[in-house]
Amino acid sequence: MTTFLGFPTAPKGVGHLRTVQPFPVAARQALGDAQLRRNIGAATATIQAKRANVTAELPDWEALRSAGQAVKASAMRSLDRCLVELESQVQARGGTVHWARDADEANRIMTGLVAATGAREVVKVKSMVTDEIGLNEALAAAGITAHETDLAELIIQLGHDRPSHILVPAIHRNRAEIREIFLHEMADVDPALTDDPHALAEAARVYLRRRFLTARVGISGANFAIAETGTLCVVESEGNGRMCLTLPDTLITVMGIEKVLPSWNDLGVFLQLLPRSSTGERMNPYTSMWTGVTPGDGPQHFHLVLLDNGRTAALADQTGRQALHCIRCSACMNVCPVYERTGGHAYGSVYPGPIGAIISPQLTGVEDNATLPYASSLCGACADVCPVKIDIPSVLVHLRARHVEEVRRTHRQPSAEAVGMAAASWVMADPRRYSAALRSARIGRALGRGGRIRLLPPPLSRWTSARDAPVPPAQTFRDWWRDEHGDTP
Amino acid sequence: MRITLFVTCLADALYPSVGQSTVTLLERLGHQVEFPQAQTCCGQMHVNTGYQRDALPLVRHYVETFEHCDVIVAPSGSCAGSIRHQHAMVARGQGDEKLARRAEAVAARTFELSQLLVDVLGVEDVGAFYPHRVTYHPTCHSMRMLRVGDRPLRLLRRVAGLDLVELPDADVCCGFGGTFALKNYDTSTAMLADKMRNILDTHAEVCSAGDSSCLMHIGGGLSRLRAGVRTVHLAEILASQREQA
Repeated sequence: MTTFLGFPTAPKGVGHLRTVQPFPVAARQALGDAQLRRNIGAATATIQAKRANVTAELPDWEALRSAGQAVKASAMRSLDRCLVELESQVQARGGTVHWARDADEANRIMTGLVAATGAREVVKVKSMVTDEIGLNEALAAAGITAHETDLAELIIQLGHDRPSHILVPAIHRNRAEIREIFLHEMADVDPALTDDPHALAEAARVYLRRRFLTARVGISGANFAIAETGTLCVVESEGNGRMCLTLPDTLITVMGIEKVLPSWNDLGVFLQLLPRSSTGERMNPYTSMWTGVTPGDGPQHFHLVLLDNGRTAALADQTGRQALHCIRCSACMNVCPVYERTGGHAYGSVYPGPIGAIISPQLTGVEDNATLPYASSLCGACADVCPVKIDIPSVLVHLRARHVEEVRRTHRQPSAEAVGMAAASWVMADPRRYSAALRSARIGRALGRGGRIRLLPPPLSRWTSARDAPVPPAQTFRDWWRDEHGDTP
Repeated sequence: MRITLFVTCLADALYPSVGQSTVTLLERLGHQVEFPQAQTCCGQMHVNTGYQRDALPLVRHYVETFEHCDVIVAPSGSCAGSIRHQHAMVARGQGDEKLARRAEAVAARTFELSQLLVDVLGVEDVGAFYPHRVTYHPTCHSMRMLRVGDRPLRLLRRVAGLDLVELPDADVCCGFGGTFALKNYDTSTAMLADKMRNILDTHAEVCSAGDSSCLMHIGGGLSRLRAGVRTVHLAEILASQREQA
């Protein structure tokens, strides 16, 4: 499976990057769920307001965003050198580096590493990339149980559910639903458990503490990796990550190759951008950084898996590659009017919302996520909040064009839409044909009743399913102008 | 000043009064308005639906029709936005660098109506009279592609008789999005429903905006509900005077 540029994309049948149903179909189900709309609307509005406050208070916020954009662009340009430098620095400090072309290879490597320790259980830091590649399923197939330790990820795992948000995976659940999940799925939970947030957190704490203290292998993703020093960095809110990163004897970290930053100094920009954009905090509560192995302190075996899984293909697209700048803050989905109404599951992929609509199709090839670039009204709210200034609407438009060209290339018969678009272009590129078309549109006046049209034929029937359409006027503007001013060129 | 009108295909075909009002307004302010009858469509629908190859003839046609003009006005934030932010990109994407340069030059002289009035003509009080309770939807492309900011509101605040009421969540999209309203009509309708709820909460008689397309969407929804709220383009309000109102 290759893209138009020939680089391999993320393989089918493994991980969670592809829409199962077309977005409009999946969205329809979500739109009918009043509880979901309410849960997501309330949660995104809260985070959005917090973000707005803590970004407005910084006089240099726009300069920080530009700096973040510049560092990411430069890291992508020098990705080949950065990754090799990262590898040699990690090795020099006692770590082992593995290169994984795709999800299958990464899962094979990591399953093998865990199996080699003899452990049957692992504890996990919240990580998008392990969900992207379907690591938990791969471990389970090898008889290894993965315990999610982030509270929201734990809720998802215990509820046999799928995450619907990058930062708050269980955003679609309210506390009453969470209580139900804990009561049913946590062994020896207090049956008198209430839906008080503190009580729910305490139940999770007790449950997780046992896992932390017994686990011999920890698995994490990474927010950043520093090429210059070989340092990995994870930022989090709950402290569970720090437990996983320090208590086990073996630590296995998997990261997308786009997470690397050239130098230590670059971190300063992102440790300001990320918490303010994601949780709306000035600083995140826990920032863990580690470099290789320190004898007698923390994990004594450290493995770093560098994952491609379609990223090189995305990098080859000059317009689309900026999607790789994403630092997974989720600000774009919190302001997105589409996400707010459909929730994350409608996007099919582990990366939902506006950023998901440009990342997922690039990792899989546009043809495999063809409805995602269209899952936006192009309102642009996402681009305004992106901490690294990814021009999401422009990339969406670009991916739509890639999709149209792809369909053109692979289908002998043009679609009805393509025929219509070509016809409209033919008509509108010529003033005489255009004027004639406007005049003939007046036939539509026959459909008008009481100054409005209630029903149009397909595909415009989708418009009139919920909206009236305007009745064409007796005279177009150009005819009026001609009456008033005569025939001017 | 001599100002050339790009009326936009939507206003030409379905909302001629938007074009007429723009002409009336600018002439009242002492300017001479021209309308090249060769003009057609900016091609935004093609670009935003992925048909950049089919958009190219429309970009070329816009450039050829308007490149001899000094100042061009479009009563639409999204059409002006497409001209400014997409035309050169389309030409470049199809390998026509020369056309891209020409498109950039014409785009720099193309203004959305409120930008033209406030920035180019330096006027906020256009001498209008409109005795109605009005709420204003700022439209996404005016706000985020063109950054027109509060220019429309500054113009409306100077309209005699007009009672301007703030629209809650004004900066949230109405759900139109061109072919988005057809491809994702359920989501589009859900967004429209929330926009209409906010409009009705203001108890305004009129919802105004600087884009006929967004107004067609919002107005179509309000009309279906028999909500009793009219949608009126900014140009129509600014053109209105005592004897007509």
